[in-house]
Amino acid sequence: MPLLDVKDLSVTFSRRGQRTVRAVDGVSFAVEAGEVVGLVGESGCGKSVTSLALMGLLPKQKGVTIGGSAMFGDTDLLQTDERSMRDIRGRDVAMIFQDPLSSLNPVVPIGIQVTEVLTRHRGLTGEAARKEAVELLNRVGIPDPSRRLKEYPHQLSGGMRQRALIAMAVACAPKLLIADEPTTALDVTIQAQILELLRELVRESGTALIMITHDLGVVAGMCDKVNVLYAGRVIESARRKPLFADPRHPYTNGLLGSVPRLDSGKGERLHAIRGSVRDVLPWPDGCAFAPRCDQRVEACVGEPPALVEDIHRHAYRCVNPESRTAEVPS
Amino acid sequence: MIRFIVRRLLQLIPTLFGLSILLFIWLRRLPGGPETAILGERGTAEMRAQIRANLGLDEPILVQYGRFMQRMLKLDLGTSISTKREVTTEFLERFPGTVELTVTAMIIAIGVGIPLGYLAARKRGSLLDSLSVGGSLIGICVPVFFLAYVLKAVFSENLHLFPSSGRQDPTIGATRITNFFVLDGLMTREWDAALDALWHLILPGIALASIPLAIIVRITRASVLEVLSEDYVRTAQSKGLTERTIRSRHILRNAMLPIVTVIGLLTGGLLSGAVLTETVFAFSGIGAFLYEAISNRDYPVLMGFIMIIAIFYVLVNLLVDFSYSLIDPRVRVR
Ligand SMILES: Nc1ncnc2c1ncn2[C@@H]1O[C@H](COP(=O)(O)OP(=O)(O)OP(=O)(O)O)[C@@H](O)[C@H]1O
Ligand SMILES: [Mg+2]
Repeated sequence: MPLLDVKDLSVTFSRRGQRTVRAVDGVSFAVEAGEVVGLVGESGCGKSVTSLALMGLLPKQKGVTIGGSAMFGDTDLLQTDERSMRDIRGRDVAMIFQDPLSSLNPVVPIGIQVTEVLTRHRGLTGEAARKEAVELLNRVGIPDPSRRLKEYPHQLSGGMRQRALIAMAVACAPKLLIADEPTTALDVTIQAQILELLRELVRESGTALIMITHDLGVVAGMCDKVNVLYAGRVIESARRKPLFADPRHPYTNGLLGSVPRLDSGKGERLHAIRGSVRDVLPWPDGCAFAPRCDQRVEACVGEPPALVEDIHRHAYRCVNPESRTAEVPS
Repeated sequence: MIRFIVRRLLQLIPTLFGLSILLFIWLRRLPGGPETAILGERGTAEMRAQIRANLGLDEPILVQYGRFMQRMLKLDLGTSISTKREVTTEFLERFPGTVELTVTAMIIAIGVGIPLGYLAARKRGSLLDSLSVGGSLIGICVPVFFLAYVLKAVFSENLHLFPSSGRQDPTIGATRITNFFVLDGLMTREWDAALDALWHLILPGIALASIPLAIIVRITRASVLEVLSEDYVRTAQSKGLTERTIRSRHILRNAMLPIVTVIGLLTGGLLSGAVLTETVFAFSGIGAFLYEAISNRDYPVLMGFIMIIAIFYVLVNLLVDFSYSLIDPRVRVR
């Protein structure tokens, strides 16, 4: 049984006087213990909404509807009441967010922001909590941790802030860590360091990681499995190797093509995908990517294509896939 | 932190110095001069000259200012023209009542306003939210003296729950030390006197609290709503923290900054606003005295009042800055 089994997750936002937005539409994926799973897609495709839904952190108000299931062990994260979710959050499932500066409370010292998790879930207080916090900051590579504990977020560099947030997230050795674009707001060199840190933590502790990113480079470096999202749907899902070696969906192919490669010929043009995902929301009839697709055929604009899986458990949602080897839909 | 306070106190000096010059000029520029203020429109030329000489008005302006400052520093505000008593003495007798009333009103406004504004923001769109937003609008619109009359009519004259006037029941025969009646009662352990004084403060306190309460509800609601959409609140939630920790450490602490500023401004304004409420409840604070001083052109009294209000404002401001630096490390001075 997988650690987390997300089935048919859908989230819609409807507001008076506005069109209903179907931000996530029937997303299914599974995460095995200790595994790194990537969720990849352009801005606005529903990555953050997916992760917030799993954490139970979507706004609880009329107009926000969540469907499907997300089994975490025996509990369905989508059906659990707020009180029990508070016990799960930070202890079993933890999260790291995109912008480290705004994600830290500006008026509370780093130390308290770390120890409050230890107090809440591990019952550590006073000197014991402080010691553990020093230990944690050490583990995430923050130099001079005793001094840093007394400092405020604005006194730390961007990379240090993200390290501090990671320390808070791994404080209770969660079984699952969700990282929502953890490096997007950082410099390139710092990005590499933070990714290396995450990789190390995951390897050492056996924590499973859902890595949310729009950067296929990040995925190539650390994920075991990859789910490509488009307009709220998984349009391709495979283990890392087959996905990079043999992408089937034109969108995935486009994403790969828009990453500059060292081995591409001089003067060879980068392949860019036309338009943006927002142009086609809400989900129209047929394939949502069809309006931007170079391989569109007539069948693309009728029914939304079903998810088909080949013998290598490589699944994709396309009626006219890129093909090197002919596949029989199962 | 101590250096911060000392520095801010030193910064008071130029402020008060500037104010003293303004006051001095104002005194010299009175219509007809200070002698008219004393004599009224009547009075012969000789009498005027006599008074000018008595007040030292025929000396060079700098000498006059020097003497004026000297008296100010000794807290000698002169003698009231209408009561013929030392202005300082009058104030020491009357100000405590007004200060007690102001403090009561502020405690009510803060104690009710912040929780109400917080709940309204957390339960945005609920009945409670609509009621507090609507209620605060009424609170701002209704004139304070009208509310005071209504409270008095309902709660003291009809229901007899509260006394209708005065600061204390004279039959108690309480001992006076500071003229802060509640404080006096506590210091002398005359509990019944303290309680009675407190009881007299409730209705005028509520009346006076209405406007600051309404403003604090609104500013708290707006401020909390803004903080609620901040990423760090989501981070706090993602850590599974209890509602209580999230509320006090992550939401209110950040939401307090604008609230503290507004509270400071309101407190300064309340001192002068207490006058009408005092009149309705025959509350012997500074109100009635000041009213008479204005109609009688009792300039020494008015001047003293302005000076005290100014010092009060500056001190409240200092307190606001100080709490700012306690709340937000980014404005803290090393
Ligand atoms: N609270 C909300 N109310 C209404 N619509 C929302 C809300 N939150 C998200 N959406 C919509 O859901 C869609 C998906 O948003 P989401 O934040 O998940 O995108 P994303 O993939 O994380 O993009 P990015 O890379 O920019 O972070 C967007 O179209 C967004 O406008
Ligand atoms: Mg996002």
